[in-house]
Amino acid sequence: MNKRTKLLLNIAALVVVILFIIIANELFDSYIKRILNLCAIYTILGLSMNLVNGFTGLFSLGQAGFMAIGAYTVAIFTVPIEARSLIFYLKPMNAFLSGIHIPFVPALLLGGVIAALFAWLIGAPVLRLRGDYLAIATLGFSEIIRIVFTNAQTITNGALGIKNIPTISNLWWTWSIALLTIFFMILLIHSSYGRAFKAIREDEIAAEAMGIGLFKHKVISFMIGAFMAAIGGGLFAALLGTVDPKQFYFTLTYNFLLIIVLGGMGSISGTIISAFIVTGGLEWLRFLDEPMSIGGINIALFRPGLRMVVFSILLMIVVLFYRNGLMGQREITWEAIGEFFKKLRTRKTRNAKGGAKVE
Amino acid sequence: MGLQTFMQHLANGISLGSLYALIAIGYTMVYGILRLINFAHGDIFMMAAYLAFFGMTIFSMPWYVAFIMVIVVTVILGILIEKAAYRPLRDAPTSSVLISAIGVSFLLENLATFLFSGKPRAFPTFETMTYSLDMQGVSVQVLTIIVPIVTLIILFILLFVINRTKLGMAMRAVSKDYEIAKVMGIKINNIIAYTFAIGSALAAIGAFLWGMKYPQVSPLMGVMPGLKCFIAAVIGGIGNIKGAVLGGFILGLAEVLLVAFFGQLTGYRDAIAFILLIIILLVRPTGLLGEKTAEKV
Repeated sequence: MNKRTKLLLNIAALVVVILFIIIANELFDSYIKRILNLCAIYTILGLSMNLVNGFTGLFSLGQAGFMAIGAYTVAIFTVPIEARSLIFYLKPMNAFLSGIHIPFVPALLLGGVIAALFAWLIGAPVLRLRGDYLAIATLGFSEIIRIVFTNAQTITNGALGIKNIPTISNLWWTWSIALLTIFFMILLIHSSYGRAFKAIREDEIAAEAMGIGLFKHKVISFMIGAFMAAIGGGLFAALLGTVDPKQFYFTLTYNFLLIIVLGGMGSISGTIISAFIVTGGLEWLRFLDEPMSIGGINIALFRPGLRMVVFSILLMIVVLFYRNGLMGQREITWEAIGEFFKKLRTRKTRNAKGGAKVE
Repeated sequence: MGLQTFMQHLANGISLGSLYALIAIGYTMVYGILRLINFAHGDIFMMAAYLAFFGMTIFSMPWYVAFIMVIVVTVILGILIEKAAYRPLRDAPTSSVLISAIGVSFLLENLATFLFSGKPRAFPTFETMTYSLDMQGVSVQVLTIIVPIVTLIILFILLFVINRTKLGMAMRAVSKDYEIAKVMGIKINNIIAYTFAIGSALAAIGAFLWGMKYPQVSPLMGVMPGLKCFIAAVIGGIGNIKGAVLGGFILGLAEVLLVAFFGQLTGYRDAIAFILLIIILLVRPTGLLGEKTAEKV
């Protein structure tokens, strides 16, 4: 398949997605739009986690913390200035911050940059060490962020959270940023940096012997991951219109962990597919939390909490029996799709011939 | 701050530290043998606390019966988790096992929320434990004295088991070199099961004492102690039981004393452990009592 056809196919796919967004914006109700928005945000966060965990082989569990940084940056800077005194009614907002208002996009980017800075701060000591310390240190970091946000009353309004964030109600923001992220990830993974990340994942010592700077590449991967997570968090804040520290409890990271485990550690297309499956599935499973009665008898099993039990059992099943997830480390490419159809066609013709013989 | 208040805080710090130490031993033993952060350990601790709660309130068992029941059931739970979630992944890459451990932890938390509801409940305490002794102006609960004693007794028993018995020798062999131990005819799976049994038993004892000291049980009560105790194990040098106890004491004392001296840190209490972790990883990555090991190519 030559470059021209591929480019045309890519453009065609993009047009299909844009048409879908236009139609979805017109036809779907706000509930479905919200789920579709969430799917796009989870795609961004899944990709951010997959870059660090799946492609570079670092076990980081700090996504919720970086997300919180992005979400709070957007919340603090985009809330209209006149609404602030009402939100910060317990203690007035920090005098310096209360006068600053930044539009949505710069605030989003600022959140990403701050998160990347924090990633550098936390990564510099920890990334030099063995892998599993990173898991506990990043987990701890995301908890510290949450604790700081709960206590910094004049900046974050503490446990009360920030309300009245200007919200996004259509699909354009989330989906276009998700598309940009996907595009960026594909470029990154196929660049020399991406190849270095993968080399580090496969064998650190061999990669170092090949002249790859381990520490430098690990920090870069970790910082880009944090940046993307913060962008996702900022969109999350703008989607919900309210942030509070409880949303960013570290179990939130487990959602993204399920996404990359189900999709395949080290697969971009797998992450996208499973972000949609997991987000949609979590919504669909909501009926488990509702009381249910068959023939007038209430079944005691169906009560709040069952959904998360089922969710965690699903995670366990995937981990224990389908360790490679849906895609493993493979990707869906135009070539693969072409191959698939070619195979299908040959099988059909063969079947037709075989059928003729029997007659 | 007067000497008496200081002694008061010191006693509190030591007893909190001993509770941390009890749970940290479970982490350090599992890590020593499997090289796995057993994320579910904190949640096994939580389950044990709930068992104790239900044993003593709904089934109104006397405390010693409940105590034994809790240990037995928790040990069974620990071994079952190892069998179901870790054993099938014995030859899988570390990250898979780690994800499995996180999955178990998540499952236990959600299961507890579902079964026992998310709202915290009051743990039954009894007079003999909460009775306050007055020692030259320092009032100390009986419990505060019992906890460190229990921890030290357990430490000595464990050191005896590990250094003087055949089981302990096998454990040391497995933690030194997994493959060679297998070749030498050690039944790896049994040794790992024993390790989980010991760890879970200690978590159960810890949960029982914790419940007396902080009389509240909730589905997420194991998360923070779990993380902190892993940090305690890292501070002391992971894989080393004496190190885990030392780390537990350091962490407990640091938390209580820092908050006592600097009142404005109260809200940041849970962050102290993580800051300590980052400092120790920077200064001495192998922990205080850990041995330096070179990675073989």
